[in-house]
Amino acid sequence: MNPPAVPPRFDTDALIDDRRTRIIVCCGSGGVGKTTAAAAIGLRAAERGRHVVVLTVDPARRLAQAMGLSYLDNIPRPVDIGFPSGGSLHAMMLDMKRTFDEIVEAHADPDRAAQILANPFYQSLSSSFAGTQEYMAMEKLGQLHRTDEWDLIVVDTPPSRSALDFLDAPQRLGRFLDGRLIRLLTAPAKPGRAYMKMLNAGFSLVTGTLTKVLGGQVLKDMQTFVTAFDTMFGGFRERADTTYRLLQTPGTAFIVLAAPEPDALREASYFVERLAGERMPLAGLILNRVHVPAATRLSSARSIAAAETLENHEMPNGAGENGPVEDGPVEDGAAEGDAAESAGPRYALTAGVLRLHAERMQLAVRERRVAEHFTAAHPTVPVAEVAAQPEDVHDLEGLRAIGLSLASRPARG
Amino acid sequence: MSARDTDWEGVRLHVVTGKGGTGKTTVAAALALALSYNGRKVLLIEVEGRQGIARLFDCSPLPYAERKVGIGLGKDGRPGGDLYALAVDPEGALRDYLEMFYGLRHTGQALTRLGLVDFATTIAPGLSDVLRTGKATEATRRKAGGREVYDAVVMDAPPTGRIGRFLNVSVEVSGLAKVGPVRNHADTVARVIRSPQTAVHFVTTLEEMPIQETLDGMAELRSLGLQLGGIFINMVHPDGLAEADLKAAAEGRIDEVEIALGLKAAGLADAQTLAAGLAIELGEHARNVALQERERRELAAAGQPRYELPAITDGIDLGGLYRLAEVLRNQGAA
Repeated sequence: MNPPAVPPRFDTDALIDDRRTRIIVCCGSGGVGKTTAAAAIGLRAAERGRHVVVLTVDPARRLAQAMGLSYLDNIPRPVDIGFPSGGSLHAMMLDMKRTFDEIVEAHADPDRAAQILANPFYQSLSSSFAGTQEYMAMEKLGQLHRTDEWDLIVVDTPPSRSALDFLDAPQRLGRFLDGRLIRLLTAPAKPGRAYMKMLNAGFSLVTGTLTKVLGGQVLKDMQTFVTAFDTMFGGFRERADTTYRLLQTPGTAFIVLAAPEPDALREASYFVERLAGERMPLAGLILNRVHVPAATRLSSARSIAAAETLENHEMPNGAGENGPVEDGPVEDGAAEGDAAESAGPRYALTAGVLRLHAERMQLAVRERRVAEHFTAAHPTVPVAEVAAQPEDVHDLEGLRAIGLSLASRPARG
Repeated sequence: MSARDTDWEGVRLHVVTGKGGTGKTTVAAALALALSYNGRKVLLIEVEGRQGIARLFDCSPLPYAERKVGIGLGKDGRPGGDLYALAVDPEGALRDYLEMFYGLRHTGQALTRLGLVDFATTIAPGLSDVLRTGKATEATRRKAGGREVYDAVVMDAPPTGRIGRFLNVSVEVSGLAKVGPVRNHADTVARVIRSPQTAVHFVTTLEEMPIQETLDGMAELRSLGLQLGGIFINMVHPDGLAEADLKAAAEGRIDEVEIALGLKAAGLADAQTLAAGLAIELGEHARNVALQERERRELAAAGQPRYELPAITDGIDLGGLYRLAEVLRNQGAA
């Protein structure tokens, strides 16, 4: 059998120290710790002298509190990192409705803007979670980039159904805005043109059905919305395209996050392939919450065997007496008398600890295996690991610990 | 067990939500297996196009059609009933809706081609939600020969962060359609979802973030007037350690000498070094257990029935699902 592939090490410090890195996008499926990782990377970069803004989409209050803020909103707020580093840290949370409203207000005359803002379809679109959040995250990223106030923007992507939504949603919105249905709704047929006649037939079928299914008022609202929005469509698409191109420039680095679990790594695989397909620069994979046992030399099989030996009182050469192997200066006499007298298993604590260790080793082996599968499929993708933290992050200290774990070499291997 | 009612007697639509990564689909599938006893026919629905059910039951991707995927967990020596599964997508649900209520099969296809489905999911997700929840409530209410076709329907619903919006269809749609057929449909769907026939279950692990989301989600649904179901604590790791040892270890008091003696007695080499490593692992574990106890108490304060599911360490397969189904039944969830 070939030895397992060893991935190149993902040097996150080199990435954040490189002044040419202007945007870091953290992506991955839900529940892998994207938001926390984005904050930890932002903090570490600020401590190493960068002027950083972290853009999160996760309304987790805990994270805001960890950064010493009572809440996060749509405006970048300064975070006190506790010592002068020459850098700075700001944090903000995307308010997609607010961001969307601002675009409308900026791009339509006041009357039209008011008309759009009041339309029920606009309200549904701008406050929904499907697609708009991704689109607005891209929009906000573009805005932050244009202000040039920060030399590093760290973005955390929305908790999508799949990691790919983040790339697809803006285009889906664009496709929708360019879609045939929209053209049917907005363009009154011009007589005498054959294809328009065909479209017209389609149009009455559609409007007929929609009226039947949705009711006339809904259709009217829809048409009003589309008409009012029409003038802005060009602008929207252009901006989406600009941000998209920005993501393809060398100053952008994508970091894919995954927990060492099959589902998360499958998503990570898709994402890596997708980024390559879109010619977007992938910096590396962060394997988050990796379990590293402290005593790796004792395998789970031997650990279980030892636990069984203790539980069954089948101790080699008699309980507690000189074992077959004697390495450490364990005080002999200490165990002897006690073992014979105690009612329960003499070494219940040791047996329990051995069982615990066996489980941890099994988990570690499993995690290693799924990570190796990923590397076998993507041998050139650099990988960094973050050890599982015993507790969630409550303060800057916790974020720092993650950044430190990220920057240090993996404990095993 | 057989004499006792389950905790969810009278509930026919089980909505299962949870934070991403907590095993929501697995729990939904295990619950469906547990509900499908003594010839009871159960439908398991997924609504997010992930094909997670097909993966769990090791079958080819589910079409937009109710397909038998397995046999439920038997009870009292009698075999289980049939378990069906369905992957709902908004497109199929829209065609279904048009056909069922208006006899418009071909129009549905035309609308799909013209991008109406893109329209529904992009500009008005409320419409897409009402189509998907509508399919689940339709299956729940469907009758044949004077009795319900399914004894229970289990829905693998969107994650906790989106569940309120997803289930609150009536309100979501009423912003768009004040009157009219869609509004009427939404109202019908809402009546089923708000009825005592429906319960919303939460899946969580014993970690801070999923628990916070569970508590927030439950508060949200309560304020929306929806009936809360159980809390399914997933991936619980049991250990064989004495409580006193754990408590001491959590406070940093670990008898390394005692561990080393045991290791030596078991015939392991280099007992002292090994004991030091194991002591670190024990300390981490003990602090984690203490944290989990705190979290269990937080969940208990929510006042809903709680079930604990063991971690299946070798990856979930069909055998693991049946094991979880049994655990759920023994705890009264089904």
